[in-house]
Amino acid sequence: MDLASLSVILFLATAVSAPLLSRNQSLLVTACFILASVASAFSTAAGIWTVWQGTTETMILNLGLPELPFHLRLDPLSGFFLTTIGLLSFYVSVYSIGYVKGFIGQRPVVRLIIFYSLFIAGMFMVVLADDALFFLISWELMAAASYFLVMYEDEKAENKRAAFLYLVIAHIGAMAILLSFGVMAGLATGFKDFSGYTFDAMRASKFPVELATAAFFLAFFGFSAKAGVIPLHVWLPEAHPVAPSNVSALMSGVMLKTAIYGIIRVTFDLIKVFPWWWGAVVLVFGLISAVMGVLYALMQHDLKRLLAYHSVENIGIILIGIGLSMVFTSFNMPLIAALAMTAAIYHTLNHAMFKGLLFMGAGAVLHATHERNMEEMGGLIHKMPWTAVLFLIGCVSISALPPFNGFVSEWLTFQAFLLSPSLPAPILKLLMPIGAAILALTGALAAACFVKAFGVTFLGRWRGQHKPKIQEVNWPMRIGMMLAAATCLLLGILPTLFIGWMDTIPVQLVGSTISASAGTYGWLWLTPVAPERASYSGIIVFLGILAVVVAAYIMLHVKPGAIRRGAIWDCGFEKLTARMQYNATSFSMPIRRIFGYLFDIKEQVDLSPQSAHSAFPKRLNYYLKIRDRVWGWLYKPIAEVSFWLSRKVGMLQQGRIQTYLIYSFITIIVLLVFVK
Amino acid sequence: MNFSPLLIELMQLLLLLAAAPVFAGWVKMLKCWMQGRRSPGLFQPYRDILKLFSKDVVLAENASWIFRFTPYLVFGATLLAGGIIPILSVDLPLSATADVIALVAIFAIARFFTALAGMDIGTAFGGMGSSREMMIASLAEPAMLMAVFTMSLASKSTSLSHIAQAISQSDIHMALRPSLAFAFLAFVMIAIAETGRIPVDNPATHLELTMIHEAMILEYSGRHLALIEWAGMMKLFLFMSLGAAAFFPWGIAGAGNMAAIPVALIYLTIKFALAGVVLVLIETGLAKMRLFRVTEFLGAAFLLATLGMLAHFILE
Repeated sequence: MDLASLSVILFLATAVSAPLLSRNQSLLVTACFILASVASAFSTAAGIWTVWQGTTETMILNLGLPELPFHLRLDPLSGFFLTTIGLLSFYVSVYSIGYVKGFIGQRPVVRLIIFYSLFIAGMFMVVLADDALFFLISWELMAAASYFLVMYEDEKAENKRAAFLYLVIAHIGAMAILLSFGVMAGLATGFKDFSGYTFDAMRASKFPVELATAAFFLAFFGFSAKAGVIPLHVWLPEAHPVAPSNVSALMSGVMLKTAIYGIIRVTFDLIKVFPWWWGAVVLVFGLISAVMGVLYALMQHDLKRLLAYHSVENIGIILIGIGLSMVFTSFNMPLIAALAMTAAIYHTLNHAMFKGLLFMGAGAVLHATHERNMEEMGGLIHKMPWTAVLFLIGCVSISALPPFNGFVSEWLTFQAFLLSPSLPAPILKLLMPIGAAILALTGALAAACFVKAFGVTFLGRWRGQHKPKIQEVNWPMRIGMMLAAATCLLLGILPTLFIGWMDTIPVQLVGSTISASAGTYGWLWLTPVAPERASYSGIIVFLGILAVVVAAYIMLHVKPGAIRRGAIWDCGFEKLTARMQYNATSFSMPIRRIFGYLFDIKEQVDLSPQSAHSAFPKRLNYYLKIRDRVWGWLYKPIAEVSFWLSRKVGMLQQGRIQTYLIYSFITIIVLLVFVK
Repeated sequence: MNFSPLLIELMQLLLLLAAAPVFAGWVKMLKCWMQGRRSPGLFQPYRDILKLFSKDVVLAENASWIFRFTPYLVFGATLLAGGIIPILSVDLPLSATADVIALVAIFAIARFFTALAGMDIGTAFGGMGSSREMMIASLAEPAMLMAVFTMSLASKSTSLSHIAQAISQSDIHMALRPSLAFAFLAFVMIAIAETGRIPVDNPATHLELTMIHEAMILEYSGRHLALIEWAGMMKLFLFMSLGAAAFFPWGIAGAGNMAAIPVALIYLTIKFALAGVVLVLIETGLAKMRLFRVTEFLGAAFLLATLGMLAHFILE
């Protein structure tokens, strides 16, 4: 607890002191980000320790409003999220030492540092908060700081629009969360006084089911807006790509996780008792987000936008785990609920790592090429070998391929799905197989999407018109990415150790644990529930494949033979150009054709025929515009209605003082009649 | 310490390495007979692989390490999968390494890297192959997992050894379940798509516009091509063994039963000889589909697997 508070104070101190040191900017960047990484490391240590020991510490700060002090609490659940946030902040801060140097002389670095520190401090405070007031203050600090970070490159209208959209949706969400806390706080004291605002008071009380439902769905709506659950995701692919890449890594990697934290905290810790259909609703939204997120991602050709849509997908996968856990908890099957919960939080940690890594990689590409459009890229593996390997590790992890980490958590989720035949509700029996199939589809599509992302960006030949001079990025950036990549591998090959570590969380939330059975065969094999049911060993998969690869390589290289390089085969055409390669749009064309009905696609081909023969056109222009259907279905009507309403309300404003006096008069009369 | 499982594991891997080309030769031979041609013999794939191994490698100018690493990785992943599927005996030390879901994912790694290698050289063909392969994979994989889930529901385990044991030890009524029949039909369709056979892909074609798998590996030569071809044959062999282990596990030796291994070998030969005949009948009887018909084909497989799962919930 002390370590965690120390780290928050360090971040706040960085934010305050950064402007004082602004004379030597290079030194400032190095000093501040080293400080930030040290502070993040403190939090990580505090989090790891708390989860490991399963302890709960509380603290009361006499700040804020009189009679309403701030409550802080560090229990295993907040410890876990503290670890996740701290670990990625640590990596990203190391990365930022190199990355932010690129901004010196171009943009105000001090502003970036201030909001960066406030942003991370805000996230730490959110998971430490133990009352509604402090939680919402931290929540707003986080939202406001990230708003200014999205606005950082504010010379483009597109960025301003993205930031505004982000702000609007964040606040609609925050309002719902506020209302949800209001319902629970009010019920805790019977609407008598303000003492119900602490989470302890909410924990202690029992809620009637109708009001609990209202509180839960308000909270779910509010947190979903932050997490980017479909259909509340529209801000995410706009805001994440335009922020500086180190910030995108944090926003996608951990800021979305604070919303996951909120959902788990409210559901499992504050409300505790809930009917199964809540879980089913969460599950359905998770499934929709997962599959639609990845399909939208496949259609993108902006690297960072593609990654942003993948965050929607992964939040969906996490919600699937949470939803399953809720269903199993309400049917009183703690063991399976613990399995699903472990899958969800393991995926939370995994996603933070690989998405952070991928955004850092995308940042490195952006840093080197000044290009976000994949259609212009290609062949970067020759110029940036380090970034390429590290980005590839991120791609393999997110595509849920063994032996990396993404696979472990998806595998655990599948196992939870397969245990569902024991459920009593028939509608769930129907939902579960379909859910499992959708999760499988999501995984396979994610693999396709990352073949595209890596293949088009790093492989092949440069597709752009002009060839910029591309250099490998500097060492701090590489080290930041290497640390994240190493964590991805470790989480993938040693899942038993990590599941043993995070054991205290399912104990705290659902009252059971899978670690007793998870290590039946020893730490090498992961065996949730029972060893004869299913088992997986990441490390043997890793070492097994590695051994065969090395053996085959050595056996085939016994006799020295020079490798000859030749021109690629061109079918005798002889005029191959780099523009003839498959690019991002053509790669996803088959999938676009299959799932096209889910999108709003405008496709147009213009031929300008040569006079000789119409079969040999001179130029061909191809336009393709793909939009979210959600825009047309949901947001446009809402926007139109709100504009219409404001025009109607605007008619009240006449600009004459007499009219306004009449309004006040009528209001007073009405109040007098009703209030008495 | 009991060494017999290790011995069986080793035997099984050697069998896989040795028998996969023979099975490929058998399929080729039957196909030649069906089409009224003279066959090159059962051992032609050996000669092909040997020839490729003795040739030098020619790399495309633009090829990176991904292109050179992929053949080894594909070979390694396929061989590892061979250590997990119970071909001869369920008593395998490696069988706890991965269950069916992880097995599907191990094949997916091989495919992921093959698709990357296809994009590495920077030709239109490579990209085309990768794009199509990933499209087919993204439809085949969920269908495959649905079939697998149905199998695992019947035997309450996703571990292949346990599935094989559970089905072979139960009486015939247990094994003839409607859900398993649906799952088996779906599995056959998916196996055809995953191993790139007609009607989904034609392993013998090099016609530009119809290639899928061949388009990705078009630029490979020498030992790299040999490894990929060998791994391809092993993959075909493994999908056959997977089907045999999950749906017709009779004859696979039980735990600690060394004496049953020769019998298992005889059963295996018979099963594979028959499987080859069925495969060739499908391949000669059908024409290759247009690419976008594959969607319907795999959609049908997916529906069958889902029906199997519903049948399990409703009937069993």
